[in-house]
Amino acid sequence: MAEVRKFKVYRGDKNGGQLTEYNVQVEPGMVVLDGIHQIQRTQAADLACRWNCKAAKCGSCSAEVNGKPRLLCKTRLDDFDPAEIITVRPVKTFPLIRDLVCDVSWNFEVNKKIPPLTPKKTADWVMHQEDMDRVQEFRKCIECFLCQNVCHVLRNHDLKDRFYGPRFMVRIACLEMHPMDGLDRTKLLKDEAGLGFCNITKCCTEVCPEEIHITDNAIIPLKERVADRHYDPLRAFWRKIMGADHPCTCADGG
Amino acid sequence: MSAESKYETHEYDVLVIGAGGAGLRAAIEASAMGARTALVCKSLLGKAHTVMAEGGIAAAMANVDPQDGWETHFKDTMRGGVFVNNWRMAQLHAQQAPDRVRELERWGAVFDRTHDGKILQRAFGGHTYRRLVHVGDRTGLEMIRTLQEKGVHQGIDVFMECAVTRLLKDGDRIAGAFAYWRETGRYVIFKSKAVVLCTGGIGKAYKITSNSWEYTGDGQALAYHAGAELLDMEFLQFHPTGMVWPPGVSGLLVTESVRGDGGQLRNNKGERFMFKHIPDRYKPQISETEAEANQWIAEIRAGKQPTARKPAELLPRDIVARGIYMEVKEGRGSPHGGVFLDISHMPAEYVKKKLPSMYHQFKDLADVDITREPMEVGPTTHYIMGGIRVNPDTQESAVPGLFAAGEAAGGLHGANRLGGNSLSDLLVFGKLAGEHAAQHAKTAGPPKVDDAQADGAAREMNEFFTRADGENPYQIHAELQDMMQSLVGIFRVEDELRKSLEKLATLKNRAARVCIKEGNKMFNPGWHLCKDLQNMILIAEAVARAAQFRKESRGAHSRLDHPGFNPEFAKVNTVAFKGRDGAMQLEGRPLPEMPAELKQLIETEKNHKERHG
Ligand SMILES: Cc1cc2nc3c(=O)[nH]c(=O)nc-3n(C[C@H](O)[C@H](O)[C@H](O)COP(=O)(O)OP(=O)(O)OC[C@H]3O[C@@H](n4cnc5c(N)ncnc54)[C@H](O)[C@@H]3O)c2cc1C
Ligand code: SF4
Ligand code: SF4
Ligand code: FES
Repeated sequence: MAEVRKFKVYRGDKNGGQLTEYNVQVEPGMVVLDGIHQIQRTQAADLACRWNCKAAKCGSCSAEVNGKPRLLCKTRLDDFDPAEIITVRPVKTFPLIRDLVCDVSWNFEVNKKIPPLTPKKTADWVMHQEDMDRVQEFRKCIECFLCQNVCHVLRNHDLKDRFYGPRFMVRIACLEMHPMDGLDRTKLLKDEAGLGFCNITKCCTEVCPEEIHITDNAIIPLKERVADRHYDPLRAFWRKIMGADHPCTCADGG
Repeated sequence: MSAESKYETHEYDVLVIGAGGAGLRAAIEASAMGARTALVCKSLLGKAHTVMAEGGIAAAMANVDPQDGWETHFKDTMRGGVFVNNWRMAQLHAQQAPDRVRELERWGAVFDRTHDGKILQRAFGGHTYRRLVHVGDRTGLEMIRTLQEKGVHQGIDVFMECAVTRLLKDGDRIAGAFAYWRETGRYVIFKSKAVVLCTGGIGKAYKITSNSWEYTGDGQALAYHAGAELLDMEFLQFHPTGMVWPPGVSGLLVTESVRGDGGQLRNNKGERFMFKHIPDRYKPQISETEAEANQWIAEIRAGKQPTARKPAELLPRDIVARGIYMEVKEGRGSPHGGVFLDISHMPAEYVKKKLPSMYHQFKDLADVDITREPMEVGPTTHYIMGGIRVNPDTQESAVPGLFAAGEAAGGLHGANRLGGNSLSDLLVFGKLAGEHAAQHAKTAGPPKVDDAQADGAAREMNEFFTRADGENPYQIHAELQDMMQSLVGIFRVEDELRKSLEKLATLKNRAARVCIKEGNKMFNPGWHLCKDLQNMILIAEAVARAAQFRKESRGAHSRLDHPGFNPEFAKVNTVAFKGRDGAMQLEGRPLPEMPAELKQLIETEKNHKERHG
């Protein structure tokens, strides 16, 4: 007889909800998303969940599994102890729509505010792979928004009106380091984008499924760029409200 | 009450349905021409199928092989499509693809480079020269992100997670579309002078597929009901290499780049079996011995101009898919019913750099380290060459004001698509569709929305809830997938096709009474599937009917009872449309006449081919 695994899945909407238990028939190599699909097929036709590629390429299926922010299509059941219940909740930082689906539209609004590639006036587009490598690292981003979800500035302090979040630091770094770009975004970084709010806890880097070195390769170089050009009052402000050594609160999934 | 006051209503010059490469490119062009443009998609922006494309964009830029040019790309496309492609589309595509790629780079795309700082190009099946512009194995992500950025900064209005269920007409012309918001289930009307369908493919009608939940043939079904024609629906591509194990990922794509970068196919006897399946027409290009194939690999790895012919693994997809299928069928398969694809003879660093997402996909999902051991692969339903029939120069369908581009449209690829020719298709024809839709909108007067059509569309969606005794959509969907997989698969035969049509008639009746008992209209995938199911069954019927009509084997369409070409069918495309009585009609339509100079380009090839098969 096939092995059975207990799932607890959050069911509800903005008015509230609860974890609901389901039994899932286990197949070899199964991922959590397979379990969710099985539940939809056999027990709860209306269970809401986003997905597209099933291969960690589209960034649709972000959720929190046993407290950890993950891509459901990349989270194997056999990564967990056989006795462990699989608990799936929606990501916490964004408003819930239904079940595992959250309203992530804020991210798309932020993106609109970032001036796109603005090429320097140059006739030929000769670019060398060495210069492309670091830009290509940032271009790997699949917009799963897991980094946005764990960043304590957004998650615990809800400063969405002050800080664009790590995903968009990656986006800006990518533009700033593009060999053909001719725009300077340091003022944006310092002011609206709120780069100073990041206190380099590196929680974003830890969750990134694309293994982008968000803090080391994007945020820190951007901070250096900004420091080169501007005095940063936000950093002073942050110290004042948070204390100098703000502990990382994001990895516990709470 | 009028429909426009009853339902949320938006008015635009151009409505683009679908936000993959084709839809984004169309919307960018339409809005650049001054048309007020809306873009609607079922998923979030940037998550369309295009994001999953791996291998690259085919464009004869001649950066790596200077001999390349549009004529060769044209010939390759026609030969790959076994000469039933729309010649004009194949010509425009080959001529314009390089400009479309350069434009992407100007908009921020960051492709892999050659030593001298140009865009790098890689080898792929059926392409004479190294032609695929790429970024590792995540080219689609690069493309969609670039277009997305360009689009949102150009003032296109994007309606995400909004699904169109019906096109609205004003007499003969298009008047807009009826949709629902996935989040709330509320209905919405888009009133527009022109509509561009860029909704992608139909793979979800099959059990083993590389396609996502979005690929339910919506665009083809919307167009069909609005009075447009569906071209060559029998030509459905089974990609030779999908994952076969573990079960949850079966069908997931293994990019052709694995073979383009040196991967070898072997059966359980260790034999490189593709050398047994080289058709005469490909002999000038394909190695006949392992030694020569290995020399080619060594040469490209060293960054040299290859003097050897390409490995047999790089034959077009239809040929490789059938080769694999036969190995498995004849008992020479791998433990989980596939064959072995091996790239572990290449240095681990090379593999990780060239194929990073394949490396992770196998390591994370199948516990296989592809730098050390072979993968197990088998054919998977991947791409539909057929689609909405359009004018090759404007992309307009038979319905005035209704355009189509990308995988949803038919014609370019004929009986089999070459790898990389889809991403270039999206760019070239997305642009043309957007341009002509905007042009059309300039001269068209404001359309009128017919209340009865809108109310009918709302009723259809409401009834999935109000009906008391229907079946669950998941059950019918599973049966459809099993049936299509076994009766309308890689090899087809009259008996099974007839059975499939009988089965489809039953499924259609059952689906007409499908209902959803759980939840409400808020983000309810079961409810959404009720509607998608109707589209899949309709499109499955078009595939089966066209497959039954074409009594020959050509490209991806293989008839066991009619092996080989038939000169009568070499002259026709199949066209499916809604008859006056509401039933599906199917007929052969003569291929458009090719101009003399293009004929000459391919004539020698073709004669050879019709003689030797
Ligand atoms: C895994 C994989 C790898 C591939 N690799 C390559 C490659 O390397 N090179 C290549 O050339 N091709 C490749 N292909 C094929 C290619 O990616 C697709 O054919 C192509 O991306 C399709 O693009 P599109 O713009 O036509 O549609 P898509 O990108 O699929 O977009 C369809 C859009 O339509 C929307 N839509 C659908 N129905 C509705 C509706 N009812 N209402 C509103 N919106 C709707 C969807 O939400 C989506 O936004 C690959 C395909 C797959 C699956
Ligand atoms: S390093 Fe910490 S504070 Fe900075 S963006 Fe990442 S998660 Fe947020
Ligand atoms: S940077 Fe990484 S974690 Fe953040 S959205 Fe992109 S892929 Fe996801
Ligand atoms: S489904 Fe695409 S990332 Fe999980």
